Amino acid sequence: MIEAVRVVVWLVEGTWRGCLDTAAEIIPRDAQVTLLHVTPSDVGEVTDAAAAGLLGRALRARRPGRPFDIATDEAATAILQAAATRFGRQGTALVHRRGRVEREVIGAVAHDADLLVVARDGDRSRLGPHSLGHVTRFVVDHAPCPVLLVWPDEPPGLESIPPPPTEHPGPRPRRP
Amino acid sequence: MLLVATLAFAVARPGGSPEAVFAVPAAGLLLLLGVLPLSQAAAEVTSLAPTIGFLAAVLVLADMCDRLGLFEAAGTWMAMASRGRPLTLFTLLFAVASVVTAVLSLDATVVLLTPAVLTAVVRLRLRAKPHAYACTHLANSASLLLPVSNLTNLLAFRASGLSFARFGATMALPWLTAIVVEWIVLRRFFADDLVGRSEKQVATSPEVPVFACSVVALTLVGFFVASVLHVSPAFAALAGAIALAAHSLVHRRARFREIGLAIDLPFLAFVLALGLVVKALSLHGLGSLAPHLVPTGTSFGSLLTAAALAALLANLVNNLPTVLLLLPAAAAAGPATVLAVLIGVNTGPNLTYVGSLATLLWRRVLHQRGEDLPTSEFLRLGAVSVPPVLLASTIGLWLSLKLMG
Repeated sequence: MIEAVRVVVWLVEGTWRGCLDTAAEIIPRDAQVTLLHVTPSDVGEVTDAAAAGLLGRALRARRPGRPFDIATDEAATAILQAAATRFGRQGTALVHRRGRVEREVIGAVAHDADLLVVARDGDRSRLGPHSLGHVTRFVVDHAPCPVLLVWPDEPPGLESIPPPPTEHPGPRPRRP
Repeated sequence: MLLVATLAFAVARPGGSPEAVFAVPAAGLLLLLGVLPLSQAAAEVTSLAPTIGFLAAVLVLADMCDRLGLFEAAGTWMAMASRGRPLTLFTLLFAVASVVTAVLSLDATVVLLTPAVLTAVVRLRLRAKPHAYACTHLANSASLLLPVSNLTNLLAFRASGLSFARFGATMALPWLTAIVVEWIVLRRFFADDLVGRSEKQVATSPEVPVFACSVVALTLVGFFVASVLHVSPAFAALAGAIALAAHSLVHRRARFREIGLAIDLPFLAFVLALGLVVKALSLHGLGSLAPHLVPTGTSFGSLLTAAALAALLANLVNNLPTVLLLLPAAAAAGPATVLAVLIGVNTGPNLTYVGSLATLLWRRVLHQRGEDLPTSEFLRLGAVSVPPVLLASTIGLWLSLKLMG
């Protein structure tokens, strides 16, 4: 008997709906699906660094980050819940991780995933050449499993591909 | 050595102890050993005291604004006005953070505005990273406008002999250019994260704390009026702080103890002690070196050299001792040089925040505590943003000086 395919869908703010909808069309009905959201840890690090720049002055009792941490947890939970409802399949697992985003995504698929679904997050106004942001590029480069790269919205038309560079650029026309 | 140790302690603060715990005994030791003559120390204390009072008033003003809900309202308003578009939100944040930094000081932006804004961004289900960087960068580079925007400005204001209004008018162009260049650089740097659109809309208007807003506006007017009447603008800040503190007390938003905490006496003691340590340093060697290092002219080249030197030192040590060290020489050269030094010490720290010497020790402490170290991204962004911002705002200063004669 063949085991069910294990699929991880990585959801990011701004693009998760499109990513999930495309994934739903492609992923087999009997797949074991995990919806993944990663909260970046560097946001807290940046604000802490700025506070350290003040040499700890001003209102030390209320350090930045606390209400923010609560809000990020709430947001992650809300995105995962909303995604699970939209996806609408029984037995979907929800995973929330916190850390360096690219590393956490790789960590989430390191062991037993058969497929990782990722949305493009770069310049989506045309087909290439910068349709992947650097975090997504890292994930695509380092994933130990097959990756399904989707357009979170309607993909641009073929005519949006930049023209190929001229192979033999001949002598430049002289200016009069 | 003592300066480095003082700074390292201030940054690492073992056991969460106030930074003054080391700085005050360090200054005392210098006095006891006779490294710093008593008369010199007394003169430094007398000259720093009004600045420190001014600082205390601004700290209270900002803290009371927070207690009255000003920053939360700002966050909600931005979330609403952005209609869920990340780039609109990012641009609105630039405007708000620049004004908050200029009027209520960079401390207010870092400690009070940043958490409120990031919470609002996350509630909109947008990515927080570009906004976090925008807040921290603007806290430094948008602190050029007024003497109250930054402690370094208060110190420079005292040394420059400029009036409050003249200071603000001269720094308006450098301030604006710095903000515009930051926007261009950060917008490009975080293009990947400013995509999509929030599926959530904020429809409820924020509850604007009218009293706090009016007091801040009146205080701002007071700064300029005081400057015209040749009264110290510190009195305007004091009046504003008292008005808001009284209002907070009456409406049970703050207790006496909390107002006392907002004044932050340990930090004021730290500034005073740091002033004494730097004074000792400048009496013994570095003081005679500074006039040779700081260029005296008002040509663009001299201004840029002064700004770059200040930025370099601010990143090596920290901007606070740098400004204390360079100010006497800069003030001798004239207000233009003081303002150029200010551009360096204010925009420079976006590269390392606390100065690299202190950062090295700080990173060590963080590492021992098992916390994550700041990413290389933060250094990369500093490397691409600080040089253009420094250059652009120095050009702004040069133009401003030309225009104002």
